[in-house]
Amino acid sequence: MSHDRPSSIDSPFASHGQELVFRARGITKIYHMGEVDVHALRGIDLDLFAHEFVVLLGPSGSGKSTLLNILGGLDVPTAGEVLYLDHNLTAAGEKSLTQFRRDHVGFIFQFYNLIPSLTARENVALVTEISPNPMPPDEALGLVGLTERMDHFPAQLSGGEQQRVAIARAVAKQPDVLLCDEPTGALDVITGITVLEAIQRINRQLGTMTAVITHNATIANMADRIISLRDGNIVDIRRNATKLAPHELQW
Amino acid sequence: MRSLDRKMLRDLWHLRTQVLAIVVVMSCGVATFVMSNSILESLERIRAWYYREYAFADVFVTLKRAPDALASRIGEISGVSKVDTRVLTVVRLEIPTMTEPATGQLISLPSRGESGLNRVFLRAGRLPEPGADSEVAVSEAFATAHRLQLGGSLEAIINGHRQALLVVGIALSPEYIYEIPVGGLLPDNRTFGVLWMDRQTLAAAMDMTGAFNNVTIKLTGPRDEASVIRDLDELTAQYGGLGAYGRADQQSHKFIQNELNELRNMSVVAPTIFLCVAAFLLNLVLSRLISTQREQIAALKAFGYENHEIAWHYLKMALAAAVLGSLAGTVLGVYLGRGMTQMYTKFFHFPRFEFELPLRVVVIGWLISSLFAALAVWTSVRRAMLLPPAEAMRPEPPASFRKTWLESIGVVLTRSSATKMILRQISRTPRRAILSTLGISLAVAILILGSFMQDAVDYLFDAMFRLSQRYDVNVALVEATSADAVHELQQVPGVLACEGYRAVAARIRFAHHHRLVPVQGYVSQLDLLKLIDRQRRTVDVPASGLMISAELAKILGARLGDELTVEVLEGKRPTKRIRLTSTIDDFAGTTAYLQQQELCDLLDEGLSISGAFIAIDPGAESEVYGRLKEMPGVAKVVISRSTRDSFRRTVAETIRRMRLINLIFSCVISIGVVYSTARISLAERSRDLATMRVLGFTRHEVAWMLFAELGLLTLAAIPIGSAIGYGLAWTMIKAADPELFRLPLVVEFDTYLFAAGVVLMATFFACALLRHHIDRLNLVEVLKSRE
Ligand SMILES: Nc1ncnc2c1ncn2[C@@H]1O[C@H](COP(=O)(O)OP(=O)(O)O)[C@@H](O)[C@H]1O
Ligand SMILES: [Mg+2]
Repeated sequence: MSHDRPSSIDSPFASHGQELVFRARGITKIYHMGEVDVHALRGIDLDLFAHEFVVLLGPSGSGKSTLLNILGGLDVPTAGEVLYLDHNLTAAGEKSLTQFRRDHVGFIFQFYNLIPSLTARENVALVTEISPNPMPPDEALGLVGLTERMDHFPAQLSGGEQQRVAIARAVAKQPDVLLCDEPTGALDVITGITVLEAIQRINRQLGTMTAVITHNATIANMADRIISLRDGNIVDIRRNATKLAPHELQW
Repeated sequence: MRSLDRKMLRDLWHLRTQVLAIVVVMSCGVATFVMSNSILESLERIRAWYYREYAFADVFVTLKRAPDALASRIGEISGVSKVDTRVLTVVRLEIPTMTEPATGQLISLPSRGESGLNRVFLRAGRLPEPGADSEVAVSEAFATAHRLQLGGSLEAIINGHRQALLVVGIALSPEYIYEIPVGGLLPDNRTFGVLWMDRQTLAAAMDMTGAFNNVTIKLTGPRDEASVIRDLDELTAQYGGLGAYGRADQQSHKFIQNELNELRNMSVVAPTIFLCVAAFLLNLVLSRLISTQREQIAALKAFGYENHEIAWHYLKMALAAAVLGSLAGTVLGVYLGRGMTQMYTKFFHFPRFEFELPLRVVVIGWLISSLFAALAVWTSVRRAMLLPPAEAMRPEPPASFRKTWLESIGVVLTRSSATKMILRQISRTPRRAILSTLGISLAVAILILGSFMQDAVDYLFDAMFRLSQRYDVNVALVEATSADAVHELQQVPGVLACEGYRAVAARIRFAHHHRLVPVQGYVSQLDLLKLIDRQRRTVDVPASGLMISAELAKILGARLGDELTVEVLEGKRPTKRIRLTSTIDDFAGTTAYLQQQELCDLLDEGLSISGAFIAIDPGAESEVYGRLKEMPGVAKVVISRSTRDSFRRTVAETIRRMRLINLIFSCVISIGVVYSTARISLAERSRDLATMRVLGFTRHEVAWMLFAELGLLTLAAIPIGSAIGYGLAWTMIKAADPELFRLPLVVEFDTYLFAAGVVLMATFFACALLRHHIDRLNLVEVLKSRE
């Protein structure tokens, strides 16, 4: 479990003895918007390791989502290379990226992206049905404390509950990596804390490598490592010596 | 059930009213397809069976009189497999229940043991016994019209002699599936019937013992027809042959074939219209659904759903609508097809009703509707399939609005910002605005298609019965007589006026085309008959030379000034080349006209008549009919009023029914289109509308913004639909065999008005349905929710 990891590892660029999950080199992403080119990412190098909890920190528009989407195989960089274990994601085609996401990645989005016409349980089942090694949907909902509300439709749930369903949906497939894009962005503080607790519990109990995007520096205090982006570049990678639990965070 | 399928069912349920609209329109498409094809299939099958089992002949010829010995020479013509000779005559019938005279077609039956061609189907009773002088079998329709039963009696004037007839059988024949007299257009079972008599008896009554005047032939193969006709004409010429013809020119067959062709045209046009509209609605609903589910699609992809799974998910929704529509349409189509086939079986006199719905028709119907559905949503589904998930996750940028030309028009009209919003909304989604307009215009078009027949027939009716036939009675004489006979007719008390004419049958040739037509010899400026063209202009017989139907000129490839060969098929059978000096663009059939004197000169006889038009004092009708009945020289009496009545009965009834069906169909389409368009507009703009409500606009004002948009689309659809309707009416007119009918393409202003009225009502109705949704617009929800 991540909090048991030896604290002797303090180089921000390498976690010796830890299995390398993602290895990204020279990632560039350019969007062509008519006349102008938007450089969302400008040659990023990044390693992510098994079991760790990282926070991607940066102002809006700094390229966080773009980076996360590329890591998750949802998007491809304009240049550079991303390796997941020994798969080269940048050389993969559409089909193998889909397979990669199906087998290994759990996504959580700012706006939950639940299917409104399906109940909480069905939303989870939607994903477990196509996963190679899922846990039962009920169990996943149990993990986020929603056993009671399994048969509710998203419209009948509060924002925090919806986000917890989204977490259950992401973890039910027992993914190898959990990628969360501003999971608390649409939530109030208290609700945000319950959601972060759910994510942290997944990371601890299942050992799932977790990356959380936020522009809220406070949340960074619960990470193993904090990666700061600005303007498409990584400006800082820092190891967090004192990991806080979500309820200890000071807003 | 897979969760994705569950999502599909819930989405469909959520959109149920719009799905219902699609399913209803789709089912109309499948219904018309199944209906018209099942009618076609049923009628073609029963006709094939009837023709085969009752030995309907392939080639026919009527002649004046030929000795029985000629039959074996005809049998030797190569290509002839069977010859049947008969004695036929048209007689005047007298029925106790009827004041006016009726006409009967008498047909000889082969003597016992022989099985001729064109065998009769006995509905009741038996065939006349050889030697039993007075026995006849009567066609079912005629018997029904006069409540004639087995054992009933009537009288016929055969060869000038009055003869009592006893009904021993009720029968039908493949030769008279469409039962009209020679040269007739519409059936009138009261004034015309077919009767079958023993050959010996009829021959004796007509002084035709040992002779015949009609030959029918069965061919060995269809390819021999032309050569057999040629050889037959050669053989029969000296016996007064009137020219042989094949099935294609056999009267009853020709009319049935024409009807089947029109049905076949209908079986393409109607389903196409409905399926296009259904496809449009489906496209509307599904493209909207897919764009609102952008983020759901992105999420599905993020979790590893493959592109083709997503495509299939949406395609299945479209196919579900197609399957539901096909199911309902098949049921409806079978119901309507059965009813219509029953109607046709009676109108055309088939011996039995048979309804045939081959599985093939149903399968094709389902495949076509599924194909339309799939094509309709293909671009939207493809969009869903190719949607890049990372990008779809980003909130959609606000729709880009521009000032457009449409708006500049609006600015001229008003400065209100509500109007601006309406015009911007329309010009923002021009494709949808165009398709909605087209959809509504198809509703207009269908209404015009359903109603124009009425206009065309009213026009024809007026031309025929008010402008052209000013006589009350058209009398045909047994033989041509001196023109003085007119005076005799004029002496009959109650006759107000009488004008004679001379008519003969002739073959007209030009280059290698020829046609058998009646040649009418009229004097100029007849009072009781005016020749009327399709523009309702009066046309007079030219002072010299031949005038023919414009259609006949087209068939022959002849132009004014050409010399046509006229071979008269009566009397001394003279042949003469006559210059074509005029054509008449008439409504039906093919006819030739000459000055009466010129025709008589051609026939080498003094001024003579073979018939006369008579005007009768309305108070003296029955006396005049009584006198005409007693005149032995009178072969046939056609009463203008009964023709008109039967015309009204048969045609008006059919048209009324068609109009009603089209009215229902068109309402389905326009309500479906308007309502669906409106629902989508409402969904897309609920945020704007709610904002306006928050800003203080009333429900009423907000509703009007939406209604004004629909009203504009409907108004735009009216002229477009009128044009499409006119075009469809044109294809319907063209589907009719021009040698039979040339209905004018007339669409009255009232018809356009009617179509516009119905569609506006439908729009109004759709708006009323929608009002409910606008009133329920939840301001808080709408403003809170992320689009
Ligand atoms: N699909 C896209 N098309 C055009 N520009 C984009 C697109 N996605 C992201 N961008 C641009 O790339 C930059 C980085 O965006 P993003 O990764 O979403 O930032 P963040 O998540 O840190 O707020 C921004 O300037 C954004 O406008
Ligand atoms: Mg972002």
